[in-house]
Amino acid sequence: MNAPNRSGSKPVTPEASTNETGVQTVSGNRGLMLEERLIFEIGTGETTGVDLPQPSPEAPNRLGGLDRSAAIGLPGLSEPETVRHYTRLSRQNYAIDCGIFPLGSCTMKHNPRLNEKVARLHGFADLHPLQPEARVQGALAVIDELAEWLLALTGMQAVAMSPKAGAHGELCGILCIRAALEARGDPRAVILVPESAHGTNPATAAFAGYQVEGIPATAEGRVDLAALTARLGPDVAGVMITNPNTCGLFEPDMIAISDAVHAAGGLVYCDGANFNAIVGRVRPGDLGIDAMHINLHKTFSTPHGGGGPGSGPVVLSEALAPFAPLPFVSRQPDGHLHLIEEENAGEEHGQAFGRMSAFHGQMGMFTRALAYILSHGADGLRQVSGDAVLNANYVLRSLEDVLDAPFAHSGPCMHEALFGDAGFAEGIATLDVAKALIDEGFHPMTMYFPLVVHGAMLIEPTECESRASLDQFIASLRAVAERANAGDPLLTQAPLLAPRRRVDETAAARKPRLVWTEPTGGDTAAA
Amino acid sequence: MRYLPLTDPDRTAMLEVIGASSIDALFADVPEAARLTGPIEGLPVHAGEAAVERHMARLAARNLSAAEAPFFLGAGAYRHHIPASVDHLIQRGEFLTAYTPYQPEIAQGTLQMLFEFQTQVARLFGCDVANASMYDGSTAAWEAVVMARRITKRSRVLLADGLHPHYVSTMATMARFTGDAIVYAPPKLAASCDEDALVVRIDEDTSCVVVQYPDILGRLPDLEAIAEAAHQSGALLIAVVTEPVSLGAIRSPGELGADVVVGEGQALGVGLQFGGPYLGLFATREKFVRQMPGRLTGETVDAEGKRSFVLTLSTREQHIRRERATSNICTNSGLCALAFSVHLTLLGEKGLRALAAENHRLACLAADRLGKVPGVELVNTSFFNEFALRLNGDARKAVRALADRGLLAGVSLGRLYPDQPELGGGLLVAVTETADEEDIDSLAAGLEDVLA
Repeated sequence: MNAPNRSGSKPVTPEASTNETGVQTVSGNRGLMLEERLIFEIGTGETTGVDLPQPSPEAPNRLGGLDRSAAIGLPGLSEPETVRHYTRLSRQNYAIDCGIFPLGSCTMKHNPRLNEKVARLHGFADLHPLQPEARVQGALAVIDELAEWLLALTGMQAVAMSPKAGAHGELCGILCIRAALEARGDPRAVILVPESAHGTNPATAAFAGYQVEGIPATAEGRVDLAALTARLGPDVAGVMITNPNTCGLFEPDMIAISDAVHAAGGLVYCDGANFNAIVGRVRPGDLGIDAMHINLHKTFSTPHGGGGPGSGPVVLSEALAPFAPLPFVSRQPDGHLHLIEEENAGEEHGQAFGRMSAFHGQMGMFTRALAYILSHGADGLRQVSGDAVLNANYVLRSLEDVLDAPFAHSGPCMHEALFGDAGFAEGIATLDVAKALIDEGFHPMTMYFPLVVHGAMLIEPTECESRASLDQFIASLRAVAERANAGDPLLTQAPLLAPRRRVDETAAARKPRLVWTEPTGGDTAAA
Repeated sequence: MRYLPLTDPDRTAMLEVIGASSIDALFADVPEAARLTGPIEGLPVHAGEAAVERHMARLAARNLSAAEAPFFLGAGAYRHHIPASVDHLIQRGEFLTAYTPYQPEIAQGTLQMLFEFQTQVARLFGCDVANASMYDGSTAAWEAVVMARRITKRSRVLLADGLHPHYVSTMATMARFTGDAIVYAPPKLAASCDEDALVVRIDEDTSCVVVQYPDILGRLPDLEAIAEAAHQSGALLIAVVTEPVSLGAIRSPGELGADVVVGEGQALGVGLQFGGPYLGLFATREKFVRQMPGRLTGETVDAEGKRSFVLTLSTREQHIRRERATSNICTNSGLCALAFSVHLTLLGEKGLRALAAENHRLACLAADRLGKVPGVELVNTSFFNEFALRLNGDARKAVRALADRGLLAGVSLGRLYPDQPELGGGLLVAVTETADEEDIDSLAAGLEDVLA
């Protein structure tokens, strides 16, 4: 949860406790900082942590002569060794449970444990996706209830629930746009994407077969409406706008942008990665948006799990609703929930553009997100966005005197505070500041994104941080920023106090070692 | 509100620091016409933990879970026993609530785990390298097709008839937009795969042949023969494994000549979860590493020379290459990869082989027992833990009738292939170690009843 020390603790400077104490240990461990070897180095092919009947050679065999005889090379560990191995590994990770995780655009909010509990109810967790419809009515009800909430919160007409993550949702939305344009006999070739967009936006448009063209930003960090309008024409299928944008700002011209795109025959995709900033306060449907994905793992608190799984339902306008992919849940007048799949799509949903993946989407994320939404309710969700924006503005105004804040003059930010490297002394980079924050015991902010700000540092505290937690973070970042502005060369060495010093990424990419191999000639890897 | 730490006095004090009159004033950039002035009407307000739990438990109770009934469903999602320590370990907050390991100095736990996972997957699939996971099997399969196009510069995609129909549908959807030509015909309810019919359709424009192993009917195609034919024409063989436990008993696709092996890793550690989140597995040959999609973890050293792990080759990825990336994917399935890796570590080679053997033993038992039921005929000559039956009636109706009696009998081919009336009598039955002989007897008795 939050920092327990509400009175505020004194920041410790790296000089005060470097690890260069001269103390050498035989194990390589350093107190509670434990080294852990690979399973391939500690396990054996004969060890197992599971009790199973041993195979009998007389057992019938219908494997068609494909029996596996050669060793696979999978080491096993007993249960105590397994628990210890992964527990020790876990302790080398920073996580939200350890402290503020201010990664801009990633929305690292608290993951309520109630959500974990309900997702594990047998009735949800131990349910096969192809069971007869009559025996999964509760699961379909979760999908249906969550869909109703998402529609109410966004003011849209339909929602495709199956996309597996944000970028998959983007693809779903763009394919809906393409299907709609093709259906009206007006296929178009170009998607416009602002320069500040997430990398997934241009990658998605290209994956869907579109040419991607950039839209410049104004000096205030917004989409240049005039440049956008000038580029619109019969070849433009649509635009992909992130709103609030990746500079942490709301696009005040959003309605005008949508109107202009619609007038030119195009459609508007909104990257909903930043929906957390406006949930309960602004409905994207009121901004003229045609499609928007919602990262359930951002706005609706499902855990990021070290990089996934995510979940990216896509809300759609009336123009795009008929093209939503399969499957679909439909509520019948008698309350029965009906799954619309390939076989029955013809009657109710004949223009569906197809299927995004096997089965029904990220059900485990739906139960978690629904539990979160029900916990907050309409009033709580409005407070969520309010507190998220409040916290970000508090960070912005508490640090703008020591860090370059390129857009701070144009008014409040939304849920994230954006800084640049303009004030740093020669030889100090954003990376050094980020790594110094690691020594302070924090996960760094997002670095070098968005691309429109030099040496960008994007800080998203989320609504889950207390004021004391923010003050602690601000005090640390302030101290590091002052050192950066003064050109403290020790910053380029950071981190000095983490489980690892700076990791050599160049060497990793030059000669990739992606799997473990037996060391040759007795040369064991350094522990 | 239990998830929000700020108090009203905090908010007031913070607004003073900011110089704003209210939280609403911070939303000044939002056009007034689009600004809501209060909570959205008609929606419930916040609820306590007990109330939410009660509501969710009521919904869960409206499902018939696999724990409550004899259970024989497979078709791309398999129920295996998950050791209790797996779920405990993936709920360690340091794994559960971490992000993608962008800061390797404080993410070695996730990174080392992913490196171990990549090695486990590569070895299980018989490949040189594997990535750090993808969304699920179906999307991983499509990414493999895209990779084959990049490598061969061809765009004709030949799908074996035994590929899971949802995977076929996913690929057909994507291909509609990318211009790849998909060549596919649904399977026949035949005892074995017709490799010859597949091989003759490989031509000079074919980028890849996609073959599921074991296939949707549980049969075991001759990958070696298909690989040889594909390679002769300059095409790649993509093998799809939807039941990784099978590889504890049968030879790996890599060993049999597959160039890319993708799979659904759900069977190990992840659980059924009504279809997601699942775990896409992706492995290939060393020479294709730079054409691979998805996150990759590599070994390196830190500034003190200590072994370290880091995300690598990110120049393939969207956040660097934008519209020229190998894929638009950003998220992987990290926590599911952890569950898979922990389960496979608990099993080890010995446990995986024993698990596979037990699955096969029970499946053989069930095949023999069910094949003797009047009106039921066993289709397969070979299989691992899943096989097809031909019923003398509509299998879909039989499945529903059995579900009404509290028996989850399998997946009807009518559900998977609604447009193929000749498959209407087909029933897929998967038998894992979670079933016992009593369950098999119940299924046999139930089938006898509903077919009588």
